Amino acid sequence: MKVRVSVQLKPGILDPQGKAVEQGLHGFGFQAEHVRIGRLIELDIPGSDPAEVKAKAQAMCDKLLVNPVMEKASIEVL
Amino acid sequence: MRVAVPVFPGSNCDHDALHACGTVFGWDTIPVWHQEPRLPEGTDLVFIPGGFSYGDYLRCGAIAALAPIMTDVKRHADQGGLVLGVCNGFQILCEAQLLPGALLRNATLRFIHQDVHLRVERTDLPFTASMKAGEVFRVPIAHAEGNFTLEPADLADLEARGGVAFRYCSPAGEIGEAHVPNGAMNGIAGIVNVRGNVLGMMPHPERAVDPRLGPTGGLGIFRSLESVLAKG
Repeated sequence: MKVRVSVQLKPGILDPQGKAVEQGLHGFGFQAEHVRIGRLIELDIPGSDPAEVKAKAQAMCDKLLVNPVMEKASIEVL
Repeated sequence: MRVAVPVFPGSNCDHDALHACGTVFGWDTIPVWHQEPRLPEGTDLVFIPGGFSYGDYLRCGAIAALAPIMTDVKRHADQGGLVLGVCNGFQILCEAQLLPGALLRNATLRFIHQDVHLRVERTDLPFTASMKAGEVFRVPIAHAEGNFTLEPADLADLEARGGVAFRYCSPAGEIGEAHVPNGAMNGIAGIVNVRGNVLGMMPHPERAVDPRLGPTGGLGIFRSLESVLAKG
């Protein structure tokens, strides 16, 4: 099944990249606040039970995809 | 004294480490390809060098932390063997969970290369045994992700157990935000594990040991290692 893992910096973690993009948007006259940049990972995981596939994706997050010191993930089974 | 220098695809300070340990100090220094399952027999110190292992894919050091050689580096550390990780080596040690915390993008967003001053916070470590408490030494940094970060409670734990080995400071040894080049919490430049045998630091002491190449502020760390390992 296709799975989408979205990895975001935790709320308290400084995101200089997001800040720079926010300033860039302001430079164009757009109003936007709290811009945060994350990472989107798409993968195919064998299985047909969404709950089981989600659990496998969670295990991948715990092992490698996410650094719990600075990031959190949300998993979406498509 | 035997030093192993793990080399990953994208390591680029491995030769600095080999030069400092092998040429300047004359130690038996062996580069070890990341695919090797074992460190050389009798390794006293593992020096994980700087660079851009695996192109910094996913997160700095994340993929290198899974390399075959790292299993044996962990065994070495578990048995009390010494491990020094510099720059990307520090990032790898954090990703391998040999050290707490993570290194985020510099607060300035820029790659920074400059000399910095560091204050010695611990002198009871094998890495600092020949240094004086509060001693200030000058070494270069060269990184884009050196902004040391930890959850507030974990940071408090780290400080309470004296896990900070080096802090960025002024040339006179004053601590403060103005002297922190990369936004690192509490001005932390280098930390050790609980046992004190694994040190990670962003600055490059190995680039400041050869008088033919410039200042030699990094000598203290190598002299400390020499004094400790020569004893035994």
